[in-house]
Amino acid sequence: MKWLALSLLFCVPTWCQVPFERIVNAAREPGNWLTYSGNFQGHRFSPLSQITPANIGDLKVKWAYQMETRAEVSPIVVDGVMYVTGPNTAAALDVRTGRELWTWKRPIPKDYQNIGFGRVNRGPAVLGDQVFVATLDCYLVALDAKSGLERWSAKVEDYKPGYSMTLAPLAIRDKVLVGVSGGETGIRGFVDAYDAKSGSRAWRFYTIPGRGEPGNETWPGDSWKTGGGSTWVTGSYDPETNLVYWGIGNPGPDWNPDSRRGDNLYTCSLVALDGDTGKLKWHFQFTPNDSHDWDATHVPVLFEAEIRGARRKLVAVANRNAFYYVLDRTSGEFIAGRPYSKQTWAKGLDDRGRPIVIANTEPSEAGTLVWPNLNGATVWFSPSYSPQEGLLYVATREIASIYFKRKAEYKPGTFFAGGGEMEPPGGAESGAIRALAAATGEMRWEFKMHSAPWAGVLSTAGGLVFSGSDEGNFFALDAKTGKPLWDFQTGGRIAANPISFNIDGKQSVAIAAGRVLYVFGL
Amino acid sequence: MRHWILGVAVAAHAFAQTHPEAVAGRKIFESQCALCHGQTGGGGRGPALNRPKLDRAPDDDALRKLISEGSGDMPGAWQLHADEVVAVAAYVRTLGALPQEVVPGDAARGAGVYRARGCAGCHLIAGQGEGFGPELSAVGARRSAAFIRQTILKPASTLPDGFQYVAATPRSGAAIRGIRVNEDSFTIQLRDASGRYHSLRKSELKDLHRLEGETPMPSYERQIVGADLDDLVAYLAGLKGTP
Repeated sequence: MKWLALSLLFCVPTWCQVPFERIVNAAREPGNWLTYSGNFQGHRFSPLSQITPANIGDLKVKWAYQMETRAEVSPIVVDGVMYVTGPNTAAALDVRTGRELWTWKRPIPKDYQNIGFGRVNRGPAVLGDQVFVATLDCYLVALDAKSGLERWSAKVEDYKPGYSMTLAPLAIRDKVLVGVSGGETGIRGFVDAYDAKSGSRAWRFYTIPGRGEPGNETWPGDSWKTGGGSTWVTGSYDPETNLVYWGIGNPGPDWNPDSRRGDNLYTCSLVALDGDTGKLKWHFQFTPNDSHDWDATHVPVLFEAEIRGARRKLVAVANRNAFYYVLDRTSGEFIAGRPYSKQTWAKGLDDRGRPIVIANTEPSEAGTLVWPNLNGATVWFSPSYSPQEGLLYVATREIASIYFKRKAEYKPGTFFAGGGEMEPPGGAESGAIRALAAATGEMRWEFKMHSAPWAGVLSTAGGLVFSGSDEGNFFALDAKTGKPLWDFQTGGRIAANPISFNIDGKQSVAIAAGRVLYVFGL
Repeated sequence: MRHWILGVAVAAHAFAQTHPEAVAGRKIFESQCALCHGQTGGGGRGPALNRPKLDRAPDDDALRKLISEGSGDMPGAWQLHADEVVAVAAYVRTLGALPQEVVPGDAARGAGVYRARGCAGCHLIAGQGEGFGPELSAVGARRSAAFIRQTILKPASTLPDGFQYVAATPRSGAAIRGIRVNEDSFTIQLRDASGRYHSLRKSELKDLHRLEGETPMPSYERQIVGADLDDLVAYLAGLKGTP
């Protein structure tokens, strides 16, 4: 380990190994960003505190890196090297200068179609001496971290019926986990785990149970076969219990539930899976028989708090359906829940966390006005949890929609949604960064934004919250009060998650905006 | 006005009956497109579609692409199946095949009304005038005569999104009234009546609000009436831009 310590001391980009234990203890090396959410618990929190409300006015751009297409990447930083991805591309950059150390590219097949989402990639994963990339044509690729050359590629699924991947993989222990996009094309979703060394599939958890399996009875007839249940956002992990937490997307057809009356497990749910086998430990469903496309594909936030005098292991989800949930993460028991954004579809949640749905809020042929719209109160982009403040920060959207229902016909590889939505003309749209008390969901403060955001949040030990806007503002708020302290016009729509790390021992913050990755420091 | 709409609706119905695609397309149009384009394609927030030539959809392929992908402020109707897009496109074409609305009034006299009222002080037509308000060179191609008339009488009722009228008061200084040219969570850029740009940081304002029901364009409800109004509308409705 001495050579590791020495190389870190001299800040030379080295091709250091990233064993699982380093990621488990990510908080001990805040100068790196070793996994998608900064830690396995899904916090997107930086323990670095050099940048504070007092000095943030001095923050400036250190370097920029331009990519070929609009970027949604959340980079990984390991010992002087930054790893970034784009759709079917990856690169290693010198963290000091942003200069490329290697690049990798995989062709996108001519007949590949992205139905219901854009051609993006949200980031790499690292484990050992490998960098993992999920591709649009549904391959998981392992690259040698030193050279960017392929070690192996595993076909996750055939892209032609609609399976695809845009997420950052999650590397745990000795496996690499991925989920799929394609919920609008009648796929049958799953979470896969691949052996990190060989690329062979270790397990697959189907999000839609098959015939005879528990939960299948919540689907009439054969509707489960095209049930959807995509898994397109990176999950979280508890190394102590070896449980993987993953969010599951909407049932198909999206806006027409007539052919699938029933709860439609495990769509719009959070599942806890055994890390070794993929077996389901528990599930919690947020929106049974969803007809508004409210995927529950969010980064689950694992934390601990006192609930009625006892310290509990919890998981929080600020859901697309506008409700914030706190569950016991060992059992899935519902602890607390309340709306955190405007919603007109449910009276509230019952004492088991099931929504009390208001009549006539489903899509209809003439159109039904409901808050929130299909994108919901928040989407794929990450919330942030600050253990210092006990607050969960979420980029919140407030838009209504008129939902239409129409007939849906399944044809592999085509849009299978049964309707759609339309913004009411003259409809008011707004957004905000909201700070919620993590244990209860009570709003502590909000920073109102000009438009509904599409970017994630980073919080830091220095007492700051960073996020971005559709109009290109990258900004920092006071983590305690939400007061805006600093903003920078990036010139591009921000649709990515920020990270923080060190360059030569000095704190830096990075965000992708438009096609540019900006790195800021004092 | 209502008779005219009824007449058009009947004609559209009759025409559509002979084109089955258009019948299916009409249903979708009325529920999803009419909100912006008008129940019979007469326009509103979106341009009028009841014209034989649509600038941004010169052929059927272009029209279908525009419907499914959208353009600018128009969202793409990505949820429609390919055959539904074809149906909507077919219906839109039937709107263009309808007899063009007859606009009463003398367009040549209307040009005189336009000059006399000083409209060129805020509007540009074929390179002449001022570019403070929307350009009118092709307003007759984008907007129905009814929309144009409504705008002259009650401009606040048809104010386009890109011309929101706001008042911003800096912490020290007088309020600035202007058209909102751009805005984000931290800044706002206005253009005042003299055409001057103001770049303001929201943190330096003690007040910022939209001037609801107000527009930079005054209402001409009492000033332009009768034949003058008809003539002005005829003039503007005839401005189709350069082909």
